[in-house]
Amino acid sequence: MEDMSQYPLELTGDDIPMVRFMNVTKRYGKLTVLDRLNLDVATGEMVTVIGPSGSGKTTVLRMLMTLETINEGVIYVDGKPLTHMEKNGALVPASPKHLRMMRSQIGMCFQHFNLFPHMTALENCMEGPVQVLGMSKQEARKRSEDLLDLVGMIEKKDQHPSRLSGGQQQRVAIARALAMRPKVMLFDEVTSALDPEVIGEVTNVIRDLVDKHNLTMLMVTHQMGFAKDISDRICFFFDGSIEEQGAPDALFGNPQRERTQQFLSAVKEAG
Amino acid sequence: MGFHWKWDFTWEILPRLLEATLNTLIAAGAGYAIAIVLGLVLALAQRTPYRALTFVVREFVEFIRSTPLILQIFFVFYVGPQFGVRMSPWTSGMIAIGLHYSAYLSEVYRGGLNSVGKGQWEACTALNMTPRQAYTRIIIPQAVPPALAGMGNYLVGIFKDTPMLSVIGVAELMHTANAIGSESYRFLEPYTLVGVIFLAISLPAAGFIRVFETYVRRKLGLK
Amino acid sequence: MSLWEFIATYWPDFLKGTGVTAAQFILATMLAIGIALVAGLMKLSHNAVIRGVSVTYIEIFRGTSLLVQLYWIFFVLPLFGVTLDKFTAGFVAVGMNLGAYGAELVRGGIQSVPKGQWEAAYALSMSPAKRMWRIILPQALVNMLPPWGNLLIELLKNTALVSLISVTDLMFVAKQINGSTFLSAQAFGLALIVYYVFARFIVTPFMRWLEGVMRRKLGRA
Repeated sequence: MEDMSQYPLELTGDDIPMVRFMNVTKRYGKLTVLDRLNLDVATGEMVTVIGPSGSGKTTVLRMLMTLETINEGVIYVDGKPLTHMEKNGALVPASPKHLRMMRSQIGMCFQHFNLFPHMTALENCMEGPVQVLGMSKQEARKRSEDLLDLVGMIEKKDQHPSRLSGGQQQRVAIARALAMRPKVMLFDEVTSALDPEVIGEVTNVIRDLVDKHNLTMLMVTHQMGFAKDISDRICFFFDGSIEEQGAPDALFGNPQRERTQQFLSAVKEAG
Repeated sequence: MGFHWKWDFTWEILPRLLEATLNTLIAAGAGYAIAIVLGLVLALAQRTPYRALTFVVREFVEFIRSTPLILQIFFVFYVGPQFGVRMSPWTSGMIAIGLHYSAYLSEVYRGGLNSVGKGQWEACTALNMTPRQAYTRIIIPQAVPPALAGMGNYLVGIFKDTPMLSVIGVAELMHTANAIGSESYRFLEPYTLVGVIFLAISLPAAGFIRVFETYVRRKLGLK
Repeated sequence: MSLWEFIATYWPDFLKGTGVTAAQFILATMLAIGIALVAGLMKLSHNAVIRGVSVTYIEIFRGTSLLVQLYWIFFVLPLFGVTLDKFTAGFVAVGMNLGAYGAELVRGGIQSVPKGQWEAAYALSMSPAKRMWRIILPQALVNMLPPWGNLLIELLKNTALVSLISVTDLMFVAKQINGSTFLSAQAFGLALIVYYVFARFIVTPFMRWLEGVMRRKLGRA
């Protein structure tokens, strides 16, 4: 059992990060997927995570979205612990109620969109605000339509996902996630399942978000050019920990570590 | 050759058989209603994180599915009185059929629930929905269309199993045909008519179920 | 009387009843398999008449209740000159009923064999009979086995109905003992357990084993 007293009950100060992973370890049986990860994401920062498969990068996002539990360490969101909660002055594993309270600050977009097939694009976006945030249908509709307009999908608001292309579905998925007004947005390989010609639709939307809004974002992607363009920081993961991280120009242009160099050249060869 | 179809006898007994058919349909409907609800309970009980509950329910469902309905009907009908609980034939019949088919339907529901992709669950978590919201608004609507074919087949199945209730004295179609046969010593017309009536109901019902399934799919916007 | 005392007293009767049930099960299964093969193949015929006969048979036996069919075969068929003793009437009815369901499984299994197999056999100038028997059916069989497993459990459960025309099977024995002793829970409970054991620990493992054998023979293990 880990000694939880080494972790603060909450983060204090003026300059606390929006997201902090502190000594986070994740194991599947004997396999250690993430090993004592320490990662901070500042408010409004856009961090892209790259690395070979099996390096643990998707797991980082999934843990933040509470889709996976962690074995050791603590994750903090906006100063408060996400994976744990305070009880009698100590940190204990979070109850479902605490998780639900904290989870509302995080939004996620998935590789396979995961739109609700039995609802229209508009209904998909309204679902969260109405059911979870308790918004009125009118308010939710207004917010959803604004967001669909933002991602360029307002004309298709009454279509079901089965009538939309992959790129269109992913844009609706982004609008759906934004409708919950999260503080942190997670993008898990959101272009990996798309045909090359529609990848631009989605990356442009994300680019727009970065330019015009102060959302904190964490992205996992194979689109290196895109990542270099819009990220504030790149983290290269290898074998469950951060091998190297830095500003895009620095990491891509002048990788320090051998593994980083190997990965980047392999990716370049693959086009 | 001793067979000679008596038409006047046929018309004579038809009203009585049709009235019994109504009883049969009511019995089937009531049993099905119990089975649909109980089946959902059994299906959801097998998806909880409590291992003991899942195990017990699983074994119970397997036991019911592996043993004859007629035997279960007798069990429910006779065991009650053995321990002092009086039940009408109708009640014990409904309980036995409802229980038996709830086990089948729970399997159909589980198939439907399992067919909903994991990504849908994750999207619900990402939107911070409660499990109840996720189930009722997202998962179950997607689980229903694949389950409909099975649900429809079992409705027809229950209808065809109602003759078993005749052995504990429920006045459904088979029971009435037996009575007519014993009274008049003519079995040809009653039994054949029973067969015809069954076909006349089950065949269109099967067709209707297929149409209904397509309709629901379209209504929910699923392919 | 506790369950153990009950078993100690009545086990010979139950054993005899189980033997009759087992006999009904085996005979009905053999009949069902034969009918299913014939009717299933007929349904795939290019000849509309042959197809029609098969479809009619299948729809009638699937659309009506087994109990009705049983009574019809035992009580009405004699009027047409075909008199069967109750034991025979029993497994014939069950076999013909399950054979109709089996026909659909056979049809489905055969249709699931890739078209390329038919073409390869044709290219080798195989006769239709040889092609079906040596190439198509073995492959169809592997695909069919899981649902056939479920069907056989249904068949086992359906044999209980023959007790209603006084065939002295397990169900009949349980009813008799209940009638004389009123120990309903013990009598019917024990019968339920025997059917359960038969289904879960004999039929199902056997079908799994058969599936494994067929898979290995086809190199698909």
